[in-house]
Amino acid sequence: MMAWLRLHSMAFAATIAKLARTPFASVLNILVIGVALALPAGAYTLLINLQEAARGVSSDPELSIFLALDAKKDDVAEIDKRLKAEPLVASATYKSREAAFAELKASPALGDVLAALNQNPLPDAFVVRLKMNAADALDRLATGMQAWPKVEHVQVDSAWVRRVAAALKLGQLSVLVLAALLSVALLAVTFNTIRLQILTQRDEIEVSKLLGATDGTIRRPFYYYGALLGLFGGATAALMVWGGISVMNAGVADLARTYASSFSLHMLATGDLLAILAFAASLGWLGAWLSVSRHLREFEPRN
Amino acid sequence: MIEFSAVHKRYPGGYEALKGVSFTVADAELLFVTGHSGAGKSTLLKLIPVIERVNSGSVMVNGQNVSAMAARAIPFLRRNIGQIFQDQKLLYDRSVFDNVILPLNVTGVHPKEGAKRARAALDKVGLLKREKSNPIALSGGEQQRLAIARAIVNRPSILIADEPTANLDSQYAGEIVDLFVDFNRVGVTVMIATHDEQVIARASAKATTRSLTLTQGVLAP
Repeated sequence: MMAWLRLHSMAFAATIAKLARTPFASVLNILVIGVALALPAGAYTLLINLQEAARGVSSDPELSIFLALDAKKDDVAEIDKRLKAEPLVASATYKSREAAFAELKASPALGDVLAALNQNPLPDAFVVRLKMNAADALDRLATGMQAWPKVEHVQVDSAWVRRVAAALKLGQLSVLVLAALLSVALLAVTFNTIRLQILTQRDEIEVSKLLGATDGTIRRPFYYYGALLGLFGGATAALMVWGGISVMNAGVADLARTYASSFSLHMLATGDLLAILAFAASLGWLGAWLSVSRHLREFEPRN
Repeated sequence: MIEFSAVHKRYPGGYEALKGVSFTVADAELLFVTGHSGAGKSTLLKLIPVIERVNSGSVMVNGQNVSAMAARAIPFLRRNIGQIFQDQKLLYDRSVFDNVILPLNVTGVHPKEGAKRARAALDKVGLLKREKSNPIALSGGEQQRLAIARAIVNRPSILIADEPTANLDSQYAGEIVDLFVDFNRVGVTVMIATHDEQVIARASAKATTRSLTLTQGVLAP
């Protein structure tokens, strides 16, 4: 157990030493990985910010319920009760047909027309504010309400909610595709770096195997190297995104001011950052694993 | 104890290096394997630490059938076998000391303990003063002694050497032979492949030895 821990710490120390021995090549490798990761990470950050902005604009979607003209006070009370029981409803305001008629009559444009009518053509209505803005749930809710007694019509304007959701979904997909493509690039970079290392360390690997090193002992430094390369690359990507956001925020603040808003971009949450670092490190490890498995086979004894 | 039973070894391409070789080496024996180049001496030695595997027959080392050994068990077998290679296989990107400590580093020995054992091994072959040098700066005889120090640093019970005195003048060769005799005296089983009669004569004058002669892959009776 102690020997095993010591082998790990020695492999780790050797890996750090290896990175430090060729600083220029190491920095270049880390930069390549950093840039490759910064693109999807940056796009993801922008997307998160956009999502937040969209949520700010559309925080409370509304729908209107128009009752039948022959609805009685009891019917209104029934609808009111049902709305209060509905968990997705934030608040509901009742507007009686009399109040609506009086309001319209008071308006200078329609006042005369309405005065000529001898009966009130307006229905009782509820204006309902909802707690969520998912287009599908909104439609389902509206359809359900349509079947309530004495409900003549439910009007919901979900088209724009759908558009925003679809645009964000498209954005998410693009980020995913970008991330997948550049992950392959990261894999290729670590694969090739490790391959070159194995080539330059052929003698050491061969001698170590002849002297009784296990495969694990030989592979371990390369795994560490790949994971560290990924980790440092991920950290570089985070720095790049942070720098990019800082630069862009000056411009965003100017733009927001013209809309009398104080909107600004913000950095990824700690959880997201940690996820990016972990992802980068695992990709580096995977690249190293692929490379080591591919290239260490030639050191095996033959039949 | 090492026991070869009807060992056949054929290389890819069809060359038959060993054709039905059988012999036994007792513990603490000093054994020479002789024969012309291409007789199969190197191949025979390589079968013991499973650098090569047999095509048929079996090789037993300390009661284990190493010819059928799983790949993952081979490193642990090799830690008990000191090997001196024909091409020495020293690492020229590090010091003499780091060459000797390598077998201990790859097995996770504590660095302090490892350093002590590495220095003891270097002292044994008379290279303690050169521990900081690069192997390239050593003479041919010194390089061979370095290879021996690396082979014994793990305190193996078996030592195998492939042409350890090739390219050395007779004085250096004599020193090397004396080292092997010393190890044999403390109970190490030593197998040396050589075609140098003087080497065998010098060892035989100081210790009990035995010789096997290989001719085109077959052991002379």
